[in-house]
Amino acid sequence: MNLIPLNHILIFSLALFGIGIYGILTRRNIIGILISIELVLNAANINLIAFSKTTSLSPETGLVFVLFVIAIAAITVAVGLAIVLALYRSRKTIFADEVHLLKW
Amino acid sequence: MDLLQLAIKTGIYTLMAGTLVFALGVVMLKNLFHAALSLAAVLIGTAILYLVFHAEFMAAAQILLYVGAVITVIIFAIMLTEHIAERSIIQRNKQSLPALLGVLALLVLIGKVLLKTPWPVNPSTLDARVSVSDLGVALMGAYVFPFEVISILLVGALIGAVVIARKDSRP
Amino acid sequence: MVTADWIYLVPLFPLMAFVVNLLWGARFLKNKAAWVSIAASVAACAVALPICVKVFGGARFSNEFVWLTIGSGTLRFGYLVDPLSASLLSMVTIVGTLIQIYAAGYMAGDPRFSRFFAYVSLFMFAMLTLTIANNFILFFMAWEIMGLCSYLLIGFYFEKTSAAKAGFKAFLTTRVGDVGFLIGMLTLFATLGTLDFSEINSLLTGTSQARLGINTGLLAMSALCIFCGTIGKSAQFPLHVWLPDAMEGPTPVSALIHAATMVAAGVFLIARSFVIFMAVPGTMPVVTTIGCVTAFMAAFIALTQTDIKRILAYSTISQLGYMVTALGMQGLGAGTFHLITHAFFKALLFLAAGSVIHGTHVQDIRQMGGLFKKMPHTALTFIIASLALAGVPPLSGFWSKDEILLTAFASGHSLVFWTLLLTAFMTAFYMFRLVFMTFFGKARDPKVHAHESPALMTLPLWALAVGAILLGIPGSPMTHHWFQRFLAHAIHHPEYHPSTFVMTCSVVAAISGIALAGIIYLKNIHWAEAIAKTFRPLYQLSFNKFYFDEIYSRYIIRPFNAVGAIFFKFDASIIDGAVNGAGTGSLWIGAVKNWIDQHIVDGLVNFMGTFTRLLNSIVKRLQTGFVQNYLLIAFLSFLVFIIWELKLI
Repeated sequence: MNLIPLNHILIFSLALFGIGIYGILTRRNIIGILISIELVLNAANINLIAFSKTTSLSPETGLVFVLFVIAIAAITVAVGLAIVLALYRSRKTIFADEVHLLKW
Repeated sequence: MDLLQLAIKTGIYTLMAGTLVFALGVVMLKNLFHAALSLAAVLIGTAILYLVFHAEFMAAAQILLYVGAVITVIIFAIMLTEHIAERSIIQRNKQSLPALLGVLALLVLIGKVLLKTPWPVNPSTLDARVSVSDLGVALMGAYVFPFEVISILLVGALIGAVVIARKDSRP
Repeated sequence: MVTADWIYLVPLFPLMAFVVNLLWGARFLKNKAAWVSIAASVAACAVALPICVKVFGGARFSNEFVWLTIGSGTLRFGYLVDPLSASLLSMVTIVGTLIQIYAAGYMAGDPRFSRFFAYVSLFMFAMLTLTIANNFILFFMAWEIMGLCSYLLIGFYFEKTSAAKAGFKAFLTTRVGDVGFLIGMLTLFATLGTLDFSEINSLLTGTSQARLGINTGLLAMSALCIFCGTIGKSAQFPLHVWLPDAMEGPTPVSALIHAATMVAAGVFLIARSFVIFMAVPGTMPVVTTIGCVTAFMAAFIALTQTDIKRILAYSTISQLGYMVTALGMQGLGAGTFHLITHAFFKALLFLAAGSVIHGTHVQDIRQMGGLFKKMPHTALTFIIASLALAGVPPLSGFWSKDEILLTAFASGHSLVFWTLLLTAFMTAFYMFRLVFMTFFGKARDPKVHAHESPALMTLPLWALAVGAILLGIPGSPMTHHWFQRFLAHAIHHPEYHPSTFVMTCSVVAAISGIALAGIIYLKNIHWAEAIAKTFRPLYQLSFNKFYFDEIYSRYIIRPFNAVGAIFFKFDASIIDGAVNGAGTGSLWIGAVKNWIDQHIVDGLVNFMGTFTRLLNSIVKRLQTGFVQNYLLIAFLSFLVFIIWELKLI
């Protein structure tokens, strides 16, 4: 940890986070959006690990949190994919801009 | 500084850059399957980064759970829902420009804050090594409640996913 | 025992009879309504007479209560039973009761029987109030109510146009007099500061200091204006024209109101305000002149009239002229005495005439004749009354008329004396012309079948006849003029010793009048025609009542009607124009409001709707339905938020 200053790690995770956000906002395919969500969660995980190793007073807190985040990510993917499947079956499409039933 | 450390440092920076490249690949590749594979590469890269942080258990968990389970499920879903061979479909939607600008703004802003903040680095923590048993004790001791909640959540998600994705076979 | 305060009951009994007859007479009482009125009248009599007896014995009662307080002044009503009002009170109650008993028989079978008695009771109430009133205001109020009753009763047979018109004429003519009376009252109040009889009495008699500060000019004017009321009510010249027409009413009404009581109220007014007249002696000649002219003129007209009631009406006017003349010559005792005796024999004359009309169903004396055998009671009482009226001793009329002639002679009014003497001659003549043509000779109209009236009608006739015979005694020399002295206790006026010359003159005038009438109308009736032809202009003047009605109609009534028509047209056009204008204006305002409502109010509402829709079309584009759009907006907002909060820019 002495090798790389904290700032660099944080910038790295920030970049990852930004890319992930860009993906969420831009991707047409719904599964693409889900993948981008995974990126974002991952960036959060890296942050957690970095902080738990450098500034926190109880190092295992961050790690436990990371476990939970991974679990949540998995849940997200599972339910999201179930929705995609249901959507595909009823609308025959998986592109987000073709699903606009909420439109005025 | 000696050569080993320099080499290690270079290696870590390269790793980080590669991960970012693959992350860009995730959001930009037209072929969804390729995007999924890029995601797998990102996740593996992140796992290696964990190793640098002396969080071996986390790295292992990441590989197992993320790469092993999540990516698999995603690939299954891709297979089920799409013609993989199609390449001409545009993957970006109409709001790519505002999104890009917004993200760049975010990066700049938070980056500035980040760099200015004097993070209170705790030297004792730097040297601490968390063992798996410590993790287990924490999980079952101080954090047993979130643990239980997560398990309930998992069960709920399981049931929910099954219900949503079920074929409506009722007449 | 009956005390003085019971006097309030005296007008109250007839008032209650009025209310009872008015409310329940038509449906429940019908023919018994008369008994209600008669009972009330008898009760009033029963209360009044003991009090009067006490007053005759020398007592004097008065009392009052405060009715209204206006600022610092109070309106007090009360009674004053002094010798003057006691005499009148006893006369009114007795004569009124007898006439009502007669009317019960006369009006039997009339469809509006109970209403008649209601009106008569109201009249009795008013007359009795007037008699015992202690101030001018109460007096005037009762005066006006009497005028109303007179109008109602004259126009009782209102289906006849002539009766309705006669009622109207009576009311309006007396109204003219009443206006003068009111002005007189107000002037009196302005001069003296009070309208109470006793207070006026004490102010104007004696040599009190207050008397010196009184404006005699205004006082004279008030006296003359009050006299106007008498001219109207007592049918003096020139407002006498209503009384002959008032004979359209039922005969009991003529007897009660237009012979005995109401017309006497005018004379009573002068008697009550006698001190005022005495305080300004300059007004007396006016009173005397008018009275004298009236007496002569009315007797002159009566010479040629042929309707039995009209002759009696003119006779009434003439006798009232006598009373007014007497009062004008400061003969208070003489005038009042004649008032009382006249009431009895004139009422008797009218009731008997009513009996004749009831029996023969005609009113023209040229159609009557030889009724003596068929209607003995009526005839006898009629003759007794005529003798009294003519002034034949020892009946009451002689004594009272003699007193008046004596006053005229002894006070130096020789022209008045000779005029009154001539009038007495004419009075005897026309009365016995009437008697001879009606009751004696042969029946002139074979279609007339006469019959005597029922006892209900003849008994009051005899009762009044007794009065007519005996009432002369209290004022005659046989009692040393007890009546005049009795009155003088209240008000001082000159007294005269009886003069044989005057007495002889009056007897001669009476007897010669009767004789002449007998000669012409019993034996040589064709002489009447001859005399009429010879004195044609005089005859015409007399027969046409001096053309008074025609003069009034042309020079007074028609111009007033024309002015009234002009005012009516003006009123109709202005007011109708205003109403129509209001209607049109409202319509116009309504149209304007409609325009405003439609365009502005609705426009506003529509604008709200359109504006909302406009906003909507802009804002709804936010809801695209794309989740990623929502996310983008959320993200950008988050950026803005952190920039704002962290103050990075």
